[in-house]
Amino acid sequence: MTNPTRRHFLAAGTAALAFPRPSLAQSSPKVVVIGGGFGGATAARALHVGGLDVTLVEANPTYVSCPHSNEVIAGLQPMTAQRFGYDGLARAGIPVVHASAIGINPAGRRVTLAGGDTLPYDRLILSPGIELRFDAIPGYDEAAAELMPHAWKAGTQTELLKRQLDAMPEGGTVVLSVPGNPYRCPPGPYERASLIAHVLKTRKKRAKLIVLDAKDTFSKQKLFQSAWAALYPDQLEYVPLASGGQISAVEPGTMTVRTDFSDYKADVACIIPPQRAGRIAATAGVADRSGWCPIDPVTFESKLVPGIHVIGDAAIAGAMPKSAFSANAQAKVCAQAVIDLLAGRAPQEPKLINTCYSLVAPGYGISVAGVYHPANGVLADIEGAGGTSPLDAPASLREQEALYAADWYRTITQQVFG
Amino acid sequence: MRHAALFLIVMAGTALPVSAADLRPPPGASSCSGCHGDGAAMAVIDGRPEAEIAAAMAEYRSGTRPASVMTRIAKGFSDEESRAIAVYLANRKAQ
Repeated sequence: MTNPTRRHFLAAGTAALAFPRPSLAQSSPKVVVIGGGFGGATAARALHVGGLDVTLVEANPTYVSCPHSNEVIAGLQPMTAQRFGYDGLARAGIPVVHASAIGINPAGRRVTLAGGDTLPYDRLILSPGIELRFDAIPGYDEAAAELMPHAWKAGTQTELLKRQLDAMPEGGTVVLSVPGNPYRCPPGPYERASLIAHVLKTRKKRAKLIVLDAKDTFSKQKLFQSAWAALYPDQLEYVPLASGGQISAVEPGTMTVRTDFSDYKADVACIIPPQRAGRIAATAGVADRSGWCPIDPVTFESKLVPGIHVIGDAAIAGAMPKSAFSANAQAKVCAQAVIDLLAGRAPQEPKLINTCYSLVAPGYGISVAGVYHPANGVLADIEGAGGTSPLDAPASLREQEALYAADWYRTITQQVFG
Repeated sequence: MRHAALFLIVMAGTALPVSAADLRPPPGASSCSGCHGDGAAMAVIDGRPEAEIAAAMAEYRSGTRPASVMTRIAKGFSDEESRAIAVYLANRKAQ
């Protein structure tokens, strides 16, 4: 019995040879997931359903969702709609450890938590989201973000930007700066611009929004710009890279946003800085010099450190955007690959879907979708699939997509945290 | 129970994978629940008849059935892949 089994196990391929764990003497392989957002919480659930001994490590007792937080800023949704606890995962039988992971020993396969406890793993999944680069824009550090919020990690920053916008006088100027690629939620800054413009149009006479962009092209561009021309011609001014949109410095004391060509005085300044993978990725050694994490497109295993998988915004996922939908889809594929690898079985080539809705005004939604597969070592778009909502569409379709956006949010958060 | 089942899979190596592999979502299938869930306009598709799901995907792909997003997504899958997804979803319990 033992010998044929062993032979089969070894014959399963190099994956089985390269990763001799778990020991067959153990009762159940252990998987640790670090990061309890859309990616990590989904992965933990999928691994648990798949019968693995999984522990979710998340520093915060409450998750604050970035998707739909632009609606909070615009006063269209209460902040309570962004907050989710981990009781749902606990009820499902998944141990959730609320502690910061501060160290990873890939050779010994252990995670060290703040406080000194360690967790052994057979495989580790990192879903650490992003870290904002406070070293990227001269003048823009953590203290500056208290005056010029990024609101790109939802929470107190979201509420701060909302308060500033609410308090801004009529005729005021809002400056929103957008980083170059890659960053979390490619269409997010433009949804934010749209909804801030909606606030100005409905509540702030003569106020203006200046969008300073470090690039010339962006997600759903034609749809956004067509909507801006129709809805916000008097509120929103878009300055692309080619027109001097890249900011070179900020001066929080005087509320000045600088480019190489102009100084912009702002009443409210929202600065979305460049980003990198969440800190634990660098600690684990899975981030490359770009600050993001190269992964195998079939298993999401790090190309730098064996036994560690990276999903969600932190991963370099080729054509897949850094979105909650992507993180959720990647988590399920990664969890299945981990289950397969730990069972000595070759993971199958996956396909993944992404769908992202943006709201340009209440009742006016637009979307982009994509289908992806591994090709030449990366996740690539499947040609002929995906794309955006039609540029010419009746108001009824925009209304339907706004409804779908709300339903998607309710569905995904229920699935992940409920 | 789960642990026992997994133990069997691990112990059996490749002896079991025929049935175990059948439980695996075919390419693309695990993404569907990103939208399709209880109470959403994008209705639950787990547990729906296989023929219904496969036909819907084929019609979205050909454009004979209108949709806002599914027409774009269905084009990323062949008939064979769609049928595999339909079999998988039809055999899942509605949640």
